[in-house]
Amino acid sequence: MRKYSLNIAFAVGCLLIVAGAQAGLFNLYVQSVILFMGINIILSSSLNLVNGNMGEFSCGHAAFMCVGAYVSSIVTVLLFAQNKILGAPLLPPDLAPFFFPIAIIVGGVVAALVGILVAVPSFKTRGDYLAIITIAVNYMVISGIENLDIVGGPRGFMGMKQVVYAMSDVVDIPWMMIWTLLGTAFTLWILRRYISSTYGKGVNAICQDEIAAEIMSVNTNKIKLVTFMLSSGLAGIAGGLFAHVIGYVNPQSFNILKSTECLVMVYLGGMGSLSGSVLSAVLFTLMLEALRPLQIIKWVIIPLILVLLMQFRPEGIMGNKELSDVFPKLRRYFTFK
Amino acid sequence: MKRNLFKIGLTTLLMVGAFMLAGCGGGGGEDTIKIGFNIPLTGDIPKVGEASKYAAEMLKEDVNSQGGLEVGGKKYKLEFVYEDNESKAESAVNAALKLIEQDQVVAIIGPNSSKQAVPAGGTCNDNRVPMISPWSTNPDTTKDRPWVFRAAFLDPFQGPVAVNFATKQFDAKTAAVLFDISNDYSKGLAEIFQSEWEKKHGSGTVVAFESHGTKDQDFSAQLTKIIAAKPDFIFVPDNYNQVALIIKQAHDLGWKGPFMGSDAWGSAELMTLCGDDCKGQFFSTHYAAAGAKGDTKVFIDRYSKKYGYTPDDVAALTWDATRLVLQAIQESGSYDSDVRKERQAIRDALGGIKEFAGVTGNMKFDAQGDPIKCAVVVRIDDQGQFVFAESVCP
Repeated sequence: MRKYSLNIAFAVGCLLIVAGAQAGLFNLYVQSVILFMGINIILSSSLNLVNGNMGEFSCGHAAFMCVGAYVSSIVTVLLFAQNKILGAPLLPPDLAPFFFPIAIIVGGVVAALVGILVAVPSFKTRGDYLAIITIAVNYMVISGIENLDIVGGPRGFMGMKQVVYAMSDVVDIPWMMIWTLLGTAFTLWILRRYISSTYGKGVNAICQDEIAAEIMSVNTNKIKLVTFMLSSGLAGIAGGLFAHVIGYVNPQSFNILKSTECLVMVYLGGMGSLSGSVLSAVLFTLMLEALRPLQIIKWVIIPLILVLLMQFRPEGIMGNKELSDVFPKLRRYFTFK
Repeated sequence: MKRNLFKIGLTTLLMVGAFMLAGCGGGGGEDTIKIGFNIPLTGDIPKVGEASKYAAEMLKEDVNSQGGLEVGGKKYKLEFVYEDNESKAESAVNAALKLIEQDQVVAIIGPNSSKQAVPAGGTCNDNRVPMISPWSTNPDTTKDRPWVFRAAFLDPFQGPVAVNFATKQFDAKTAAVLFDISNDYSKGLAEIFQSEWEKKHGSGTVVAFESHGTKDQDFSAQLTKIIAAKPDFIFVPDNYNQVALIIKQAHDLGWKGPFMGSDAWGSAELMTLCGDDCKGQFFSTHYAAAGAKGDTKVFIDRYSKKYGYTPDDVAALTWDATRLVLQAIQESGSYDSDVRKERQAIRDALGGIKEFAGVTGNMKFDAQGDPIKCAVVVRIDDQGQFVFAESVCP
């Protein structure tokens, strides 16, 4: 029972959210906050894998999000929507709910391949130098897309709303909510599995001491490659969901500021703590929304909170602990694998 | 003890989170009209958001000091809700949804730049809320969206204005263009200008077509190329902060010829940043502040007196956009307390406005929700004021 309790609780929670959205218990604004919360959870927990668990410093996470967003948008628009450049839809709109997850995964896979751009240099460099490479990748991706007129260049790319409508026409349920919750669950599941696997031990070893890990027969290059690809692939999934929630993508939405937001969420939650990055993503999204009435002062308060947090709790909310380490009694009720 | 403290802290944090999630706002009062503003108060272009907010505040004070807006023989107080979209696309969508769902506004003004106006326009259209973007120039903002309008003219109109004016004023045969490649506004206008110019003067007459990035500070490479190509003038459809740098650097490199600009030059800050270098240059814009007459002059004088600087085009366009909404409410004849019905009535009235006399000129909407209005070309005089040079109507 203990083994499944968390999964069941999570599934019930998701079902409640979807049912509430369907019945109109939460208005669209609350729904959209929940959607962004899910996307932010994927972003922060996937970046946490590289920055927290592996101890590298990647600050170009938005680049992979951008790739995922564009690739999955192009796939769905090509298949299901009328577009100026890409022409008439290739498939009947009834198939949209089946192909949508495939398109999101394709976006994730391409983002993972772009992740190799960071992974390969990471064989030889680390620390600040790798950080610069990740920023460079962020800029490369943005300028690349800005110069691709076929996807709108700096004007951005749209048409994804039509795909979402096509899904609603088949069955009228809150599709984006379902996909985002599924994406979040998938991310957390795969990350937890990865961290507790042999590869995950290798990742932690690299974080502690790369040379020692190498001596202890850890294939550091292979692990770095897989870890970077996993992290960027998950960011790509987040990007795909983001693009379809908003219905419009623009290269400048994924600039260095977005990457910084991801970093903030990771450091707020605590390095290497999965539950910490989930918690911080939820809190950060809520904080952004709750402080909206303050207008300009909001961007004084949020950095101030960060400064205070770093002053009095430099390891972040959770440190490198999980929720079950802080509340050992919770272990009586669930195990998380 | 310390460990316990941390546990307590963490639990409180979780509770606060749950509380924030649960918090929901209510609707407005009985005799107030609520209008939402989705504007960039922080982020890349805070000055734009500030100008919008100031213009709106001034209008609200005007109306409320007379007891409110008279609709169907009854006076309603105005209530404006300002939401900051941080100059980000996702934040603009959230701000729009918040205004629609939590604040129950009857119409939304903004967002200003296209990056936010395109997605927020989609959100407003889906939820059947009338929206007017004061400043967005991307055709996609209003395209196939019956609920979305704008107050600014489009680039396909502004491009030819610049071409015709420069041909006449500078007696120019060749042109050079320097634009920001990552700014959709700048890139779009540069391309329209190029095709219009070559249509008029034959292909190859745009002798240099150079681009730069958004945060670039040094333009000497592009400017050297441009100057070497010896154009009759340089067209710079760029934001005012970059214009200041470009013109200074061009003068340092020995360029003596004229510049021509677009409406993004028209900020109150341009002359502070640019100084003497910008004097004598021309740009096309929505209205000319110096030498204005009638209502426009009253608006400019009051705004300058109240906030200490001459209002730029965003302030004027926001003023017009908000007045358009108010006029639509009045024309619909009655104010329905059902928000959905009132939104429908406002949209219908906006679509049906025949002629609207705004501070940025007379306008009416076409079928797409884009305005049909005149552009003006202004010259920057020796006092640094933007003086009317020519008016071009469609």
